[in-house]
Amino acid sequence: MGLLDLFRSHRNKGTAAIAKERLQILVAHDRATRNQPSYLPQLQRELLEVIRKYVDVDMNSISVNYEQDETREVLELNIVLPEVAASKGS
Amino acid sequence: MARTIVITSGKGGVGKTTTSAALAMGLAQRGHRTVVIDFDVGLRNLDLIMGCERRVVYDFINVINGESNINQALIRDKRCDSLYVLPASQTRDKDALTKEGVGKVLEDLGKSFDYIVCDSPAGIEHGAHMAMYYADDAVVVTNPEVSSVRDSDRMLGILSSKSRRAEQNQPPIREYLLLTRYSPERVAKGEMLSVGDVREILSLDLLGVIPESKAVLTASNSGVPVIMDQESDAGQAYSDAVARYLGEDLPHRFLEIKKKGFFSRMLGG
Repeated sequence: MGLLDLFRSHRNKGTAAIAKERLQILVAHDRATRNQPSYLPQLQRELLEVIRKYVDVDMNSISVNYEQDETREVLELNIVLPEVAASKGS
Repeated sequence: MARTIVITSGKGGVGKTTTSAALAMGLAQRGHRTVVIDFDVGLRNLDLIMGCERRVVYDFINVINGESNINQALIRDKRCDSLYVLPASQTRDKDALTKEGVGKVLEDLGKSFDYIVCDSPAGIEHGAHMAMYYADDAVVVTNPEVSSVRDSDRMLGILSSKSRRAEQNQPPIREYLLLTRYSPERVAKGEMLSVGDVREILSLDLLGVIPESKAVLTASNSGVPVIMDQESDAGQAYSDAVARYLGEDLPHRFLEIKKKGFFSRMLGG
């Protein structure tokens, strides 16, 4: 990409486009958390405590997602397990 | 049965009171018996924008507390017979607005009015909650600016979950977007979110677009709802919004840069 292209893309993409992009991400995130049940953060904490009894995982390696469409609700639990050598017991 | 409309936004300073005054006057001018209520307890301003600040004797809180009856507190507009203003209290604590008290006053007003316009305070605290709780329709006033759009979306979430209609599983509040302080020049330069951008983000029906206009300040200076200034673009845009609210299908105006001719420049149009 030449200098001219840089200049052109900067011109075409005004700050309004940046604002729109930021808002779309933000609003999607806000809406996702808005509709989820209020017990979710506590559920996440307690699940983590149970898992930690057996496997050494940290707070960031677990995520709880709640999705809802017209016919069903999905509660998705995602845990990233550490390397085998790091696990307790066994 | 009166229809209760809340004018809300979340963010402050976007034009809720200007819009409340304009829509209420517009509905009344078309012959609908209309009352506009200031819910901003402690920071009342609707009376100023409506130009009736020197005629306030009793207020909304007095009525709720039974210190006056509703007819003593209502101020009849001098320009339009079918318009009344119910001012907020300037001195009381906002907690004086109880859910039961507000409900009772709205029920009483519903017997003699066609439209009840509720001017919400900014924020999402008690006063804003009370203003939207009993609403049938909501006009979400938004500026084409990031914090206002975000707050509007937050308010939409509250409207759909915390209102009486939501709590009683009735059909949801009808929500409309009113975009204010719009500048087609800045949109064309890519400096401002466009109507399309805001609609896409909030996915709402568009009630109107009010252009950034000097008429809004000059109207508020003299206590005249800007809709009465039919020479101005903002006044005409508010008239269109009222017509759309009442079911007319009008194209949106003032979205393009206006080309000023020699004469309009000379006449300051």
